[in-house]
Amino acid sequence: MTNPLTEDILLEKLSTFLYSVSNFFEHKPIHLLDSLEVNMKQRTVKWAGSLLASAVTLCFLFGVSIADTIKIGVASPYSGDLASYGIPAKNAAEIAVKAINEKGGILGKQVELLAEDDVCEPNTATTVAAKLVAAKVVAVIGHLCSGATEAALPTYRDAKVIVMSPASTNPTLTLSGKYPNFFRTIAHDAAQADLQVAYALKLGAKKAAVVHDKGTYGKGLASLARDGLQKNNVEVALFEGITPGAVDYSALIRKINRAKVDTVVFGGYHPEASKIIKQARQKKINATFISGDGVKDPSFLKVAGKYAEKYYASAPTDVSQVAMAKSVSDEYKKVFGADVGTFSLQAYAAIQALAGAMEAAGSTDYDAVVKALRSEKVSTPLGTINFDASGDVLGAGFAMYQVQGGKFVEAK
Amino acid sequence: MDYFLELFLGGLTRGSIYALIALGYTMVYGVLGLINFAHGEVYMIGAFVGLIVSGFLTVLGWPILAIVVIATMMAMLFAGAYGFTIEKVAYQPLRHAPRLSPLISAIGMSIFLQNYVLLAQSSDFQAFPQLVPEFEFLEPYSHIILSTELVIILAAVVTLIALFLLIKFTKIGKAMRAISQDRQMAMLLGVNVDNVISATFIIGSALAGLGGILVASHVGQINFYIGFIAGIKAFTAAVLGGIGSIPGAALGGLILGWTESFATGYVSSDYEDVFAFGLLVFILVFRPAGILGKVSSEKV
Repeated sequence: MTNPLTEDILLEKLSTFLYSVSNFFEHKPIHLLDSLEVNMKQRTVKWAGSLLASAVTLCFLFGVSIADTIKIGVASPYSGDLASYGIPAKNAAEIAVKAINEKGGILGKQVELLAEDDVCEPNTATTVAAKLVAAKVVAVIGHLCSGATEAALPTYRDAKVIVMSPASTNPTLTLSGKYPNFFRTIAHDAAQADLQVAYALKLGAKKAAVVHDKGTYGKGLASLARDGLQKNNVEVALFEGITPGAVDYSALIRKINRAKVDTVVFGGYHPEASKIIKQARQKKINATFISGDGVKDPSFLKVAGKYAEKYYASAPTDVSQVAMAKSVSDEYKKVFGADVGTFSLQAYAAIQALAGAMEAAGSTDYDAVVKALRSEKVSTPLGTINFDASGDVLGAGFAMYQVQGGKFVEAK
Repeated sequence: MDYFLELFLGGLTRGSIYALIALGYTMVYGVLGLINFAHGEVYMIGAFVGLIVSGFLTVLGWPILAIVVIATMMAMLFAGAYGFTIEKVAYQPLRHAPRLSPLISAIGMSIFLQNYVLLAQSSDFQAFPQLVPEFEFLEPYSHIILSTELVIILAAVVTLIALFLLIKFTKIGKAMRAISQDRQMAMLLGVNVDNVISATFIIGSALAGLGGILVASHVGQINFYIGFIAGIKAFTAAVLGGIGSIPGAALGGLILGWTESFATGYVSSDYEDVFAFGLLVFILVFRPAGILGKVSSEKV
C-alpha cells in the first residue's frame, strides 16, 4: 500500500527541516539558548512526530489514490492556536471514513480523505479551497472558523462542491442564502433564540416581557429573542436588564404583573432565574417562562424547587442518550488515546450525512446529493439528522426542555 | 394607584432590608469612626447559620414556629459572635493606628470571610427554605404584599424602635453616645470603652444576622457572595441618611429602597442603580454629611 518513493522524499525533507531548525538556534545569543533549547527540543520532537504521522497518512493516501475513490476534503486548522479544535475534528472524520470503508465504502467505492490545513485564516482557506477543488473532491468537511468558511465558500460553490462545516456557527452563512452548497452539523448562534421564539409562538404568545442580566450572553440572547418575537407580531411589552445579585426583583415582578404578559423570556443564568421565578409565582403570575442553556442547570432545580415547575429552557441536545455517541467516543479514545474534541462528533456526523445522502441519491452528482441531504434522515452520534432548505441541521443542535416533576424533560 | 401602592410596598421592603444592615454600619461608625466593610459578610453568615439550623431542625421534625424562632435567634447569636470576634481580631489591635489601617484590615476581613464560607460551603447557590408561612389573611392581597415582605417590614420597625429606646434610655446607650462624642473623656469618666465597643459590634452584627435570615427566606437562595452587594447598598443607605445617625440609616435605607423600586417601576430596571447613586450624589452635594448627619468641625 505504501509508496516507497514518496516516503523517501518526505523523510529527506524532514531531515533537511530538522537540520535547518537546529542551525537556526546556533545563531541565537547564548543567554537565550539555555532556556530555549530544552523547550525547543521538546517542540522539535513533537513536530517531528506529527510530521512523521502525516507523512505516513499521506503515503497511505497516495497508495490508495490509484484506485477509483470518492474524495472528501477535510479543511480545518492543524497548526496554530486553534489546532486543538481542528485535529480532533479531522481524527473523527478519519474513523468515520474507516468505518464506512470497512463496510464496503459508498456506492461500492472506497472513500479517501484529503486533509488540508487552513490555520483558521481566511486567506489560507481560499488557497486550500482551490487546492481541494483541483484535487476533484466531491465534498469538504470544514472549515472550522466561520471567517475561513466564508472566505472559502465562493470557490466551492462555483466548483459545485458540497461544504459541510462541523463548527462554523455564524448565522449568516446559511441564512444569507448565498451558498446553496453549504451545510452544517452544528446549530448556528441564533438558533437558540429562534427555538425560544418558535416555542413561545407554539404556546400562543401574544404579549411578552423580555428580561436579561445585562451580560454578553444574556443580553445577546434576549435581544435576538425580542427581535424574533416582534417579527412574529408578538408585542414585547418590556425589554429590561436587571442587576445580577440584587437583594430582590420585586419591583420588576410587579411591573411584569402589571403588563399582563403571557410569556416571559429571560436571558441570563440560573441564580437570577430562580429568584425571578420564585417571586413571580408567589405573586401569582402564570406566564410561560422561557430561558436558554444558562438556566438548564441542576442548581436551578434545587434552588427554585417547586417554583421551577413548567419553566422552559433551551439547551444543546443531550447526546448522552444516543448510543452511537458513546460508541464513537469509545472508538475515538481507543484509536487516538484521547477524549473526543469539541467538534469531533459533528465532524463524524458530517461524514455520515454525506455518505448517507450519496447512497440515497445513488450517485455523487452535486444536485442529487444536495437534494438527498435535505430529504434523507441519517442516524449519527448527534441523533437522527437531516438539513433544512438553508442548510442548517435539523434534529441536532438545540432542544427545548421543560421542568416536569423536578427534572428537565425534553418538551415535545 | 394600586400599582403605585405595590411599588411603594416593594420599595418599603427593600428599604427595610437596607436599613437593618445599614444600622450596623452607622452604629460602628458612630462609636469608632470606622467603616466596617466586613459587615456585609456578617449578614451572609447570619443567613448561612439560619439555613443550617433550620435544615437541622426540619430533619428533627420540629414545628415551623419553633424552627423560625430558634433559627432566627441562632442566626443573630452567631452573627453577634462573629461581630465580636472580628472587632477583637481585626480592629482592636489597630485602634491607635492611622485611620487607613483599620480600613484595610476591614477589607481583608471581608475577603477572608467570603473565602472561608466559599471553602466551607461551596460556591453554589443553596436553596433557602421559606421560613415565614403564607398568612391566610394576606391571601387576597398576595399580589400586593407577601407575608415574608410584611414580616421584614415589621421586623425593621420593631428593631428600629428597640434600638432607639436602647440608645436613648439605657446605661449602655448613654455610654455609646458618650464615646461617640469624645472617647477619651468617656474613658476618663469611667466608661469601659472596650466593652461598649464590643457591645456595639454585637448589636450591629446581630441585626445584620436578622436581616440575612429574613432576606434569604424572602429570595430563597444564598451563596457566599450575597453579602457584597447587600453591604454596598446598605453602606450607601447609611451615607445617604448621614452616617453615624440611627434614624438617618433607617431613612437612608427607605429612600434608597423607594428610589430603586420607583425607578424600576416607572422607568426601567436598567437604570435602577443609576437613579439610586445619582440621588446619593445629589444629596451629598447639598448635604455633605447626609440627610440627618451632623457636620462636625474638626476639634483642635
